Amino acid sequence: MVGRDRALSIVTKAVEFSEADQTEAVVRVTDAYLTRFSSNYIHQNVGEHNVQLSVRVALGKRLGSASTNAVDEQGIRECVQRALRIARVQEENPDFASFPAPEPIPEVGGYFEETAECTPDRRAEGVARIIDAASSRGLQAAGAFSTAAAELAVANSLGVRAYHRWTTAALNTVIMSDEGSGWAAALAGQVGDIDPQAVASRAIDKCLRSAHPAALEPGEYEVVLEPAAVATLMGFLARLGFSALAVQEGRSFLCGKIGQRIVDERITMWDDATDPAGIPMAFDFEGVPKRRLSLLRRGVAENVVHDSFTAGREGKKSTGHAIPGGFGEPMPTHLFVASGEATLEEMIASTRRGILVTRFHYVNPVHPVKTIITGMTRDGTFLIENGRVTRPVKNFRFTESILNALNQVELVGKDRELHGGRLGGIMVPALKLRRFHFTGVTEF
Amino acid sequence: MGTRERLVVERRSEVRQILERVLEAARREGAEYADARWVDRRSQVVRTKNGKVDRVREDHSRGVGVRVLVDGAWGFASGSRTDEESLMRIAAEAVRVARASALRRSDPPVAMASVEPVEAEWRTPVSEDPFEVKLEDKIKTLLDADRIMRQVEGVKVARGSIAAFREDKIFASTEGSYIEQSKTEVGAGIEVLAVSGGEVQRRSWPASFGGNWAACGYEYVRQLDLPSRAEQTAREAVELLDAEQCPGKVTDVILGGSQLALQIHESCGHPIELDRVLGQEASFAGTSFLTVDKLGEFQYGSEAVTITADATIPGGLGTFGYDDEGVPAQRVTIVDQGRFVGYLTSRETAGRVGLQPTGAMRADGWNRIPLIRMTNINLEPGDWSLEEIIRDTKEGILADTVKSWSIDDRRLNFQFATEVAWEIKDGSLGRMLKNFTYTGITPEFWRSCDAVGNKEEWQLWGLPNCGKGEPSQAAHVGHGAAPSRFRNVKVGVGRW
Repeated sequence: MVGRDRALSIVTKAVEFSEADQTEAVVRVTDAYLTRFSSNYIHQNVGEHNVQLSVRVALGKRLGSASTNAVDEQGIRECVQRALRIARVQEENPDFASFPAPEPIPEVGGYFEETAECTPDRRAEGVARIIDAASSRGLQAAGAFSTAAAELAVANSLGVRAYHRWTTAALNTVIMSDEGSGWAAALAGQVGDIDPQAVASRAIDKCLRSAHPAALEPGEYEVVLEPAAVATLMGFLARLGFSALAVQEGRSFLCGKIGQRIVDERITMWDDATDPAGIPMAFDFEGVPKRRLSLLRRGVAENVVHDSFTAGREGKKSTGHAIPGGFGEPMPTHLFVASGEATLEEMIASTRRGILVTRFHYVNPVHPVKTIITGMTRDGTFLIENGRVTRPVKNFRFTESILNALNQVELVGKDRELHGGRLGGIMVPALKLRRFHFTGVTEF
Repeated sequence: MGTRERLVVERRSEVRQILERVLEAARREGAEYADARWVDRRSQVVRTKNGKVDRVREDHSRGVGVRVLVDGAWGFASGSRTDEESLMRIAAEAVRVARASALRRSDPPVAMASVEPVEAEWRTPVSEDPFEVKLEDKIKTLLDADRIMRQVEGVKVARGSIAAFREDKIFASTEGSYIEQSKTEVGAGIEVLAVSGGEVQRRSWPASFGGNWAACGYEYVRQLDLPSRAEQTAREAVELLDAEQCPGKVTDVILGGSQLALQIHESCGHPIELDRVLGQEASFAGTSFLTVDKLGEFQYGSEAVTITADATIPGGLGTFGYDDEGVPAQRVTIVDQGRFVGYLTSRETAGRVGLQPTGAMRADGWNRIPLIRMTNINLEPGDWSLEEIIRDTKEGILADTVKSWSIDDRRLNFQFATEVAWEIKDGSLGRMLKNFTYTGITPEFWRSCDAVGNKEEWQLWGLPNCGKGEPSQAAHVGHGAAPSRFRNVKVGVGRW
């Protein structure tokens, strides 16, 4: 970490060194550590310190961008000059309006000394608890325990000066026996909020209950999706359609659908980087302040997310969803899905014959505009019969439209979990769906 | 001497002395082994979209990573500040981290297979330095292709990209190795989105990961001649909008080279990584069905299937002189006429199971540790021309260009989708099909392979985005493939 003054000094210098009509500088500081374990020992243990500066310049409507992690005065000057050199040979981009003007930045918190100062010994002790819990039962543990502190500073020639720092701590584990596996994870801003023993207990319980899975025919089933599986569905839904650029280019399922009900009315989703229940961020990568934005309210599509570029095209204001790199695609990165009333036990109890899914694996879009995705279940897939979990089953492949799935909602969980996403995270409940399409099965 | 030559050479004596002092410091702190990598990376990407320059960007990152083994446990630390004082702190931190690892150490402790120390230098052969080519020339090539694509009615988005990547790297170890390498890569391609009545179809050329990639100079981009394929690419995207939906059935499938490259990648390349096999990726990407007991015993594919891992082949993204443990690049047989015979290994994993290191350890930059990564995993050519395979197929589907991919965590159940497919009836290509998907179980699929394309059909494909590890790393890997046929494949998965 370099601190507020140094971070702001790097970006301010970059803006000052530039002779462009408009200049924007972003610096990201990363102090990140990760302790990784497998086969009941620590096999990888790494640390990283980086300071990466990105500069965008506009000569009229001619744009250029460059980045460097040499942030001494000479490095900053060279980076600015590279961006300028690029802009000079460019053609005009009529879609460029302006980098954002300054706005008040909210104070959102999110930085915890305890996480920033977490030692390798503390991470190893957390890992040791999981390994010991697994090995005492004759099981094998694998996973990763990471802690990171980060800083983001943005300055531009219109007067933006923004600084934010935050921390993250994440722990995940897969516990394996010869006959099955179980997974659990935790994500928080404060490392003390992560309880390795609790994570181990959940994964061990799943692993023991997963032993000797039976092969079931693929087909249409009722499903109870635990929060990790729901996070995958909702994350893909957000990624595939809620960017203004996707709508502008006609490749979003939201084209012509804003204001219409597209999923079950029990589904409400919003983006809010200011909520301390997630991993807060004060502003986006253009220095635009974060604020809550409704995406789906009672099943009705309400908004898409903008950066300054997509907003400029429509004469609107950015919603504060620029992502790193510049000239990319705006994205909702701090998602929340509203909770319902049901407990996981109630969802299972109300299921006649269905599948309980812990999480999905290797999911990818098959047809983005139809929101069809495919992937596998993993680390805890069970058959529910007459309201009870009766046995583990071999992992299924699903091929399903997310919108179709979200029109089959029967129950929404009352408890929510925070799962990892790009930058921020996604806070989601469990869901029970009346129909979900499993299209294949694997051998374990 | 060009800019690239000077980059490493000018700093050679200074960097070498610093790295040697850093390694010595690590040893004083208690490391039984240490290596240091000084890495300087530069990339440039030029993208156009719908007649405009969408993005031109140059990125630069440099730093040093120090990896140490202390009492049989690993530690790694890395930093972007390359002055000696900062590097000494990094070395001390790496040792501290390794001591923490020892709290739960492997039993027996980590021991690396031995390799000969080496002093060496290696560079990608480059005819035309891609960083010296004028930006205006790159933009013109892309806008020429863009204009041709948008002349085709029904095209909503036309995109193009030309990218260049260079990595200058110095590796030094306490065993006395000192290796300088400079790798240059280029990638280029075009892409069209056609949109009509709620249907969106994409067509890319020559492949769909930002085009195709090769380790060489700008001569590769010139040879591609993107504008020459712009009209056909655009026409196929528009034609797909009204093409028939691929029906659900079991049929014979001929995969084109770029799709087969991904098939090899996912269903052979990943499961032969010995770190995966030994469980080291279990919590993230998963493990492998190719367990150690299967080595030399398991029928992975049909007799038509011979697969090699070849880090020595010219032009491959997985081609280099030495890996990030100082092990020389090699050609290794993985599948020999269907039988599974080889892994990709590291010094640690090879030592653990009594094999030789295959030189497959590569790190994604200065701030990551080396992991076992694919080199160029190639399906060796067979005897067939594509025309002969089609003529020999009574009923089937020809499919190409990657659109979607997914595979389970032991690499058995896969499902892929391609951008385009055509029916084959009585030995002739017929109508176009859209939304082609196919699925199977890896060894069953490869055992059904009965025709592999010949040398003339064979081509190296570059994938610049192979993900692995925590924290995540993206490797640049290569796959040689020619169109090949697979019998009785389940296609047209899902409800459309």
